[in-house]
Amino acid sequence: MNILETESDRLLVAVRGLLAAKGIATPPEITERIRITDGGSPAQGARMVARAWTDPEYRALMLSDGTAAAEAMSIPMRGLPPLGVLENTEEVHHLVVCTLCSCYPRAVLGYPPFWFKSAAYRARAVRDPRAMLKDWGTDLPAAIRLRVVDSTADYRWMVLPRRPAGTEGWTVEQLAAIVREGDMIGVTIPKIA
Amino acid sequence: MEKDVPRAMHDLGGVSQFMCETVDTEPHALTDFDKEVDAIRQLLGMKKVMSVDELRRGIEAIPEADYHRLSYYQRWIRSITDNLLVKGVITEAELRAALDAG
Amino acid sequence: MLAPGTKVRVKNDWPELRGPCHIRTPHYLRGETGTVVRHLGDFPNPEDLAFARPAEKLALYHVRFDQPAIWQQGKAGDELIVELFAHWLEAA
Repeated sequence: MNILETESDRLLVAVRGLLAAKGIATPPEITERIRITDGGSPAQGARMVARAWTDPEYRALMLSDGTAAAEAMSIPMRGLPPLGVLENTEEVHHLVVCTLCSCYPRAVLGYPPFWFKSAAYRARAVRDPRAMLKDWGTDLPAAIRLRVVDSTADYRWMVLPRRPAGTEGWTVEQLAAIVREGDMIGVTIPKIA
Repeated sequence: MEKDVPRAMHDLGGVSQFMCETVDTEPHALTDFDKEVDAIRQLLGMKKVMSVDELRRGIEAIPEADYHRLSYYQRWIRSITDNLLVKGVITEAELRAALDAG
Repeated sequence: MLAPGTKVRVKNDWPELRGPCHIRTPHYLRGETGTVVRHLGDFPNPEDLAFARPAEKLALYHVRFDQPAIWQQGKAGDELIVELFAHWLEAA
């Protein structure tokens, strides 16, 4: 049997031990890295979106330099892939996918969701996206053009969704609270609860 | 269009086999296994031991049946192990000893 | 450097058939024609990084494709935008 076919749990235990013994990755380093990664979440991206909805200068920054826009919200981006932001308009709706693996804007949204990594999503998003979006109950009007962005290289992409009607006068906190993970990938559209 | 030329099995855009599959849109919490594998991958990258490109290559080398059978992070630990061996960071003897001891 | 609006064809090349490789040009784009949206920057070639080989920095472009034309299905006007490296693109 090829040693790589060893059951995954056993591989992890063995690799963990070897990396510790060689001083490459120790249990405290692993624990700390998990703690830091757990701190990421879609709430970070939601705060960026809410600010863009209320601050035209920030919106312009987000669209021209997503990395700088994230850093302006104290999200560390040094050494991380550049962030691209896709603007939804009255005419165009964006959908992000990585057909080759699972490239996801982790720095601003946290761990990618299970569905983003699934074969069904990766296969259908580029070929039959409008039908696939119905799996989320999202029914894109025929008048809106759909632009599917396949993340194949160094950039990581998030969507800047449109601000829903009926939110006039809302604070950034109220606005951020209605922006969901799926809204920033393009599988759903923000709505007032 | 799906070309007549065989595509690499991870290259899933538009692949007919999955076109009728409903997306499981439910959130599935990461397990401790998942989070530890993810953290190890990050540390190996930060310490310049293994790049994300090398991780992908290792995943793409997994035979097709195993690729679809293994969970996302099970593919990662398999690729990480493959890369550590290929790059000489660990030897097969060391790995066997660690597996026997574990 | 390819200017925005330049028509490009993705090379109909299949390195997968010649041996182990790591390619970031999806199968469904090989041989297809698209339009350059913009130059995204220059990045080390992942095809070499994947094998720990020295990797040359190459121009990376966002390229727009007509989605129904690729799949013979879909809604007119819908688009695919994909990051592609310069060495996969030729004038169309």
